[in-house]
Amino acid sequence: MQKETPLLEVAIWRGSPTGGAFTTYSVPRQDSQTVLDVVSWVQRNRAPDLAYRFACRVGMCGSCAMTVNGRPRWTCRTHVEKVANAGRLEIAPLRNLPVVRDLVADLDPFFDKWQTAEARFAPTRTRAEEPERIVPDSPERSAANAAIECINCAVCYAACDAVALNPAYLGPAALNRAWTLQNDSRDGARAERLKAVAGDGGCGNCHSQQGCAAHCPNGLNPTASIAGLKRMAARALLKGRL
Amino acid sequence: MLSARLYLAQRISALVMAPLVLGHLAVTIVAVRGGLDAAEILGRTRGSLLWGGFYGLFVLAVSVHAAIGLRAIVAEHLGLRGRGLDIFTWATMAGLLLTGGRAVAAVVL
Repeated sequence: MQKETPLLEVAIWRGSPTGGAFTTYSVPRQDSQTVLDVVSWVQRNRAPDLAYRFACRVGMCGSCAMTVNGRPRWTCRTHVEKVANAGRLEIAPLRNLPVVRDLVADLDPFFDKWQTAEARFAPTRTRAEEPERIVPDSPERSAANAAIECINCAVCYAACDAVALNPAYLGPAALNRAWTLQNDSRDGARAERLKAVAGDGGCGNCHSQQGCAAHCPNGLNPTASIAGLKRMAARALLKGRL
Repeated sequence: MLSARLYLAQRISALVMAPLVLGHLAVTIVAVRGGLDAAEILGRTRGSLLWGGFYGLFVLAVSVHAAIGLRAIVAEHLGLRGRGLDIFTWATMAGLLLTGGRAVAAVVL
């Protein structure tokens, strides 16, 4: 007698910017199944109009983040067996961002804040010049390296209660990136960037609750980066440079 | 809402407050266990530059620290922003300075 395939009960948020609700689907359970596999199965077999976003499927591109059973996660590397609650999954778009449709969050506000934080590299040399020599184990390079592996997935931004309570706050990802650049000796905009991250929506708004660090799929600690920016801004203020 | 300037002011005021809180607790314990009555306490504090400075600085640090802390709470939980938030912060600081200053004046002058 053939064994019956166990089923997962999957509630997926369906809707638009004006509102929506959860729709429940039964999805065949498989070994080593990821949450993204589940969403893809629903889209291919039950709801062809389901909107969701993914690209690389291997945890590099940062495009498949969703809220899974109440927590923001990268769905391509999240195994169902680790997050299912009594055979049930609840999947929703990321928190703290507007919804485009179904599971797709609008990331514009997230990336706009990267620009506001001046979290982009400002080169000081042209390609015609010799590349600058970087001492790999210098304190600055070590600080930058510890925070550099961000994949822009917005999981930390969705996890951050300070962002939820204060929409003007730049958030952990933009500030974490700014911190890596503040420690990059090749960068030529560090004074301007420090002003940008020390303003009203800047690093002073972080309450060090560490929701970002607890949820970052790459194990980064944006709270520590923001604490570094706070120290840097405080020193600049005391020296009259801010 | 909380610039680095306000963040630094709150941290410095906390730094100032920490030893003053310990000093105040020590004074309270000494006064209570030593059985000093109000007249004896006032006898020591009236005209004292030391106690006036100690508690004057305490009131100043508390006024700065609490006003900034309440600013963050009011902005995040009640949604107050912009000019209204600035007015709230300054009013809180002024209120604490005034009431605290009156209390210090009452025991020192």
